[in-house]
Amino acid sequence: MSFTDILLAFAGILGMFIALSVGVLSLTWLERKTLARIQQRAGPSVVGPHGLLQPVADAIKLTTKEDIIPAYADKLLFWMAPVFVAIPAFMIWLAIPFGDGIAVRVLDLGLLYLVAISGIGVVGLLMGGWASSSRYSMLGGLRAAAQLVSYEIPIVIVILSIAALVQSLSLDAVISGNTITVGDSIRDLPGQGTIPFAFIMPMGLVIFVIAGLAELGRTPFDIHHAESEVVGGPFVEYSGAHWAVFFLAEYLNTFVISALIVVLFFGGWSWPSPPESLFGNDLSNTTTNVLGGVWFMLKTYFVATLIFWVRATYPRLRIDQLMSFAWKALIPLSFGNLVLVAVVLFYDWPLWVMPAVSVPVLIFVATFVQRTRGARGRPQTVRILRRSAGEIGLPVPDLANRTPAGVINQVSGEGQAGD
Amino acid sequence: MTDSASTFTDQTSSDDGTVDMMVNMGPQHPATHGVFRMQLRVDGEMVKDLIPHIGYLHRGSEKLCEYELYSQIITLFDRLDYISNFNNELVIVSAVEKLMDVEAPPRAELIRMILCELNRIASHMLFYGTFAIDMGAITPVLYNFRDREKIQSLFESVSGARMMHNYFRVGGLKQDVNDDFSSRVLTLCDELEKGIDETDRLLTSNEIFVERTSGIGVISGEDALDWGLSGPVLRASGVPYDVRVDEPYSRYDEMDFGVPVGSAGDSWNRFYLRILEARESISIIRQSIALLEPGDTMAQIRRIARPPAGEAYAHCENPRGDLGVYIVSDGGERPYRLKVRPPSFCNLQALKDLTVGHYIADAVVILGTLDIVLGEVDR
Amino acid sequence: MTTEGSSSGATESDGKAKKPAPQKRREPEVARAAVALPPEGVALAERLPGAFGSHGIEVDAAIDEVVCIVPADRLIDLCRQLKDDPSFGFTYLRLLTVVDYVEQDGEFELVYHLFSLANHHKMMVKTRIPERRASVPSVTGVWRGANWYEREMHDLFGVDFEGHPDLSPLMLPDDFEGFPGRKSYPLNDYEEW
Repeated sequence: MSFTDILLAFAGILGMFIALSVGVLSLTWLERKTLARIQQRAGPSVVGPHGLLQPVADAIKLTTKEDIIPAYADKLLFWMAPVFVAIPAFMIWLAIPFGDGIAVRVLDLGLLYLVAISGIGVVGLLMGGWASSSRYSMLGGLRAAAQLVSYEIPIVIVILSIAALVQSLSLDAVISGNTITVGDSIRDLPGQGTIPFAFIMPMGLVIFVIAGLAELGRTPFDIHHAESEVVGGPFVEYSGAHWAVFFLAEYLNTFVISALIVVLFFGGWSWPSPPESLFGNDLSNTTTNVLGGVWFMLKTYFVATLIFWVRATYPRLRIDQLMSFAWKALIPLSFGNLVLVAVVLFYDWPLWVMPAVSVPVLIFVATFVQRTRGARGRPQTVRILRRSAGEIGLPVPDLANRTPAGVINQVSGEGQAGD
Repeated sequence: MTDSASTFTDQTSSDDGTVDMMVNMGPQHPATHGVFRMQLRVDGEMVKDLIPHIGYLHRGSEKLCEYELYSQIITLFDRLDYISNFNNELVIVSAVEKLMDVEAPPRAELIRMILCELNRIASHMLFYGTFAIDMGAITPVLYNFRDREKIQSLFESVSGARMMHNYFRVGGLKQDVNDDFSSRVLTLCDELEKGIDETDRLLTSNEIFVERTSGIGVISGEDALDWGLSGPVLRASGVPYDVRVDEPYSRYDEMDFGVPVGSAGDSWNRFYLRILEARESISIIRQSIALLEPGDTMAQIRRIARPPAGEAYAHCENPRGDLGVYIVSDGGERPYRLKVRPPSFCNLQALKDLTVGHYIADAVVILGTLDIVLGEVDR
Repeated sequence: MTTEGSSSGATESDGKAKKPAPQKRREPEVARAAVALPPEGVALAERLPGAFGSHGIEVDAAIDEVVCIVPADRLIDLCRQLKDDPSFGFTYLRLLTVVDYVEQDGEFELVYHLFSLANHHKMMVKTRIPERRASVPSVTGVWRGANWYEREMHDLFGVDFEGHPDLSPLMLPDDFEGFPGRKSYPLNDYEEW
């Protein structure tokens, strides 16, 4: 590693840091605007054109707020908790590719690195919950830890399935494909550039999205900081700059999960057809790469908008329902997905076998769950009793002959008003 | 409010050597629908005991009423259950009319009924929204409040105020409604139907919503009667009791409408009942508008009501249940004794029975389905 | 006997009427509200003396409700029978009130409003207790829903309910002194501290 290499590395990290901060701030704006429009409100519209400077105002407000630390809080852990949550979120971005061979650091073990780093965030939440020395935050911290740990497993297994598909742990290989030698023959494994894995592994996509939402701690899995119960969970005692770091970490994680969904399932930076065919033939390398990066960002923001849409729509699951969903539904499904991938690769079947099997399984699981939970049949538990049918109440007078002044001479003495 | 022996601290230990925690959902809490305090003793996440504390909003309304004229009491009653004001006004006005043996003219009764049913829809709209947001669905509340605004602007055109109307009088109404009242109400009915359908589509069959509410807070019909519950809470447990059909007041005996009755007695039933009730209210309003004819809106009585000595109990079907008022009159212009029977107060007694054995998250859901209004609970 | 005011029209302190006592000897007769019992109320009023004559009850009527006045010691028996007997079937306690007649008779009157869903009739049960020993057996054993009513009445009026599981204050703060529901407690002429 020469000096220039180190300098380049630092420059890359700094650049990524700045770009991420801007990206995350824009994500907060996007969330507030999306939620507002769904709720028929205006959203941020005062600070800057269309409220675009609102995140800047938020950042200024949060950093200048008074930092209150509870008297009984464990000071060291209290300070460290936001750090432990935010830094891993930044670190994951080091490995994500924005173009062909372009990432802050191209890692051969990119997928493994992702999984490893994302586990550190759990520790931060637990620390926050404990160090705040408050009932609600402890409850929230414990719930958060249980939830995050449980939903790591489906994510890891799906990532494993993807690694099996491309026979490599490198994120570059996921997008560009991989060439391996099996015995004497050379096998060309298609990456997402050829066909996005969303079409090959729909079950994997569904599992990853749901488990990713749970990893983020977003609705419908935001029980640990549910405002209406534990009022903030592990974050409740944090204010000012500390809370800003948590806030930042949550949006960073949202950004990361959206980016990962795009990288792993929707083709990353690769265009549906090469940019040359869309924009003319003489594109320089730089332009192609920039276009790749822009396309990647567009897809990421789109997925993030879908995540916000889910937040606006669904209520949240209770902690035990959440856990049982992870252990009884997602993990068996993800194992099934892995087995499916393994079988298809072992027998060298064509890849379309995978969606042909997963899609019916998914549909079956969804309808089976609905039927057993009885969501569709619930309205039949309530019946409407009509007085005219004699099912309830006093006998009804002859309604066909009522007049505007009332039902006259129908019920003895109890005609109309009073009572 | 109490901090006496009926509270508990953390030191209560259970059999297996663990310590139960005391969680306080204090007077200020996003989910307690007002200044209401619950102390939960929890073992992990499961609620073992629950002590409700009320009285934070106690304003001494009943004693105040003994010092005011009957027409002044109407404003006090507006503020009891501040979500369904017209129903409160109706009950006090009915009680005094019962004492005086006076009947309001048919047109006044019809308008009263229309306004009370609109108020029922408005109150249920608030319930849907706040119930959903207690569970994390942040959007329905905005849609429901938009519909509530439409109803309240109609109220404003009728009585001059969006909420505390002070519009009913002993013997009729303060003044007649505008000429465009009927058409406005009919248009409003169409819009409200769409709003109720929207909420229905969003929440009723939503998987997560059903998971959170079915089987939660079950109470049987006999227990519900024993506790004195009323309204949708009672009907969800299978007891078909609705004041509007069992002891009809106003002009309900001329209306053909259905009363939804549940069978499971759980939170989902209590929620869905209110959706169906709102639809039935729309049908009542449409039938009433068809019957509306020009006429008097005030009976010929003295301005300062002087009911004869006697006692009267009048009640009506509040959106929350059976709201009653008991007046003891000594022949003067002010009541000798006035006692309100608030449905939320009675429904809240059963909270402990409903919640013990469920999780903390369910405590919030159950409290939401009881649909309490602290103004009524504390008076 | 349903209310006072029949013989002491203007000299009694009703509400806060500030009228001076009239000069003439004959006090104006205060009108009474007319009784108009529905058919099921009439039937009920006719059955009550037969069923509960041994309890020493008096049957009266108030506009459209049957009133049954019972001595305090027979209250629980009467209530339990009213609830358990299917022909009465008063399973629903609507309201429990204390009315302060201390200035007139030195007594509190407790009023229990009952309703039967099955038989569709309603009634009021009343009992009087002296102010000096304001204590009455609690009906929480009969209807659980009486719990908070009795607690509230204890809080605001100082009436003691024997056998109630927990009479801690409901509406008022713990350190509140006095019984604000009573007529003797002034509305706004007291020093708070």
